[in-house]
Amino acid sequence: MTDTLSPALPQPPKASGGDGETGHLEELRVDPIGLMQRVRDECGDVGEFRLADKEVVLLTGAEANEVFFRATDDELDQAAAYPFMTPVFGEGVVFDASPEERRKALHNQSLRDKFMRGHAATITREIERMLAAWDDEGTIDLLDFTAELFIYTSTACLIGDKFREELDAHVAELFHDLERGTDAIAFVDPYADIESFRRRDAARAELVEIIEGIMARRRAAGPPIDGDERDLVDVLMSITNPDGSDYFSADTITGMFISMMFAGHHTTSTTASWLIIELIRHPEVMAKVVAEMDALAEAGGGVVTYQDLREVPWLESSIKETLRLHPPLILLLRLVVEAFDVGGYHVDAGKLVGASISVSNRLEGAFDRPDEFDPSRYIDPRQDDLDNPWNWIPFGAGRHRCVGAAFALMQLKTIFTVLLRDWELTPAQPPDTYRNDLTKMVVQLAQPCAVHYKRRDRSTSTEGVA
Amino acid sequence: MGFRIVVDRDLCQGHGTCEGEAPDLFEVGKDKQVEVLDEHPGDDQRKAAELAVKYCPTHALSIIDEA
Repeated sequence: MTDTLSPALPQPPKASGGDGETGHLEELRVDPIGLMQRVRDECGDVGEFRLADKEVVLLTGAEANEVFFRATDDELDQAAAYPFMTPVFGEGVVFDASPEERRKALHNQSLRDKFMRGHAATITREIERMLAAWDDEGTIDLLDFTAELFIYTSTACLIGDKFREELDAHVAELFHDLERGTDAIAFVDPYADIESFRRRDAARAELVEIIEGIMARRRAAGPPIDGDERDLVDVLMSITNPDGSDYFSADTITGMFISMMFAGHHTTSTTASWLIIELIRHPEVMAKVVAEMDALAEAGGGVVTYQDLREVPWLESSIKETLRLHPPLILLLRLVVEAFDVGGYHVDAGKLVGASISVSNRLEGAFDRPDEFDPSRYIDPRQDDLDNPWNWIPFGAGRHRCVGAAFALMQLKTIFTVLLRDWELTPAQPPDTYRNDLTKMVVQLAQPCAVHYKRRDRSTSTEGVA
Repeated sequence: MGFRIVVDRDLCQGHGTCEGEAPDLFEVGKDKQVEVLDEHPGDDQRKAAELAVKYCPTHALSIIDEA
């Protein structure tokens, strides 16, 4: 980025409003997508708004986004840009690692392709356990249902079955309090005395207590005899100081687990919820997806294999289209370490720079009828996602693109294969009343978000993902 | 008409998805970026290469047609 540097270029244009002391902070807390769209409408690809004493240069459009996503950590720093995450993870637990560390972590954290088959079986088991509690007919709250489901799947896959068995729906509630504790007020004071931050801190303290209890029981029971039974808690507890004491405290382990799970939890649960909403809003797409699932099950004699899940174009395209319209992260941020030029403007070091996933995913000119749910955008020969690598960015892009993207897609495909095999879903409230709660930096579905379920009338049953 | 495989080294994180799709074309060692085993594969590998491009989690791969 530095070789094009030209200090003579003008500063980015500023968005209107935000004249008070905290600038556009209040607007960001109420209507973040409206604010970001307005910055683009008023300023173009490069525009500035202000959060208290922090200027944020918002980039949109393929060219500016590519500059953002290709930047190295020495140029644009990710860790310093998310002050609302520090109290969630705990001091000293990093938001994200360098690309090199991420590559290593990827291989160690079992996100590699070759572990996916085992994860698919684990996820099948977890969704079947949740569904076993359903009556033949009833109503669920999408937020509560998906939040609980993905606590189980993410802990079982990333930490281990043994740990997952120690958890219940209450842990999902605590996790929800952590996710809601991401008010943008953190840009001014991450420890401000507000209700959502008090609940956040109480939830984290209770999670540490739960992990302490698990560790105490493991200690009392002694190390597992069979190495295969070890989960990540056992592995971390086996690391000791020279004097024999634990190297990792319960507080540190809790922070590590929260940081491992956080990125994959609210994101996947929000996406699963919106996928259900979009499918019940579009019965013609739902019919195509269900027919695809039924054909797979029939061809496999009742068994859907992990390899089969690769060939489900309508389900896969519906997931992609849900991610485009309802990205679970709406704004990505970096701290400018090295001043740079973009789109004819000069951006000073010390400012924040942002890429707006919400605005980019619906950019006029990049996508045909951008506000419309249309999975055929990804049906061969169309490939709107690959054709717009810097605008179709629900997983981000470039160096920091979501490492869990493949895992998330596999997880969603697996869950919907099982869910749609046996259950028919219909809206339990007017379909246009489902909406997101955008008042926190972590976007979640607003309640009520009720959906009606009914067991499908089928003579044959299938065996899930083998 | 043949084709060539190009890797964007800024983007590859070493997930190994390409190796699963096209084992004759890609190898991803532990803690490493992808190694392209055959940069000018025959047309019989075209389908596998296209799947590797499609499913690469970081969109680091592309195919360039060559006359």
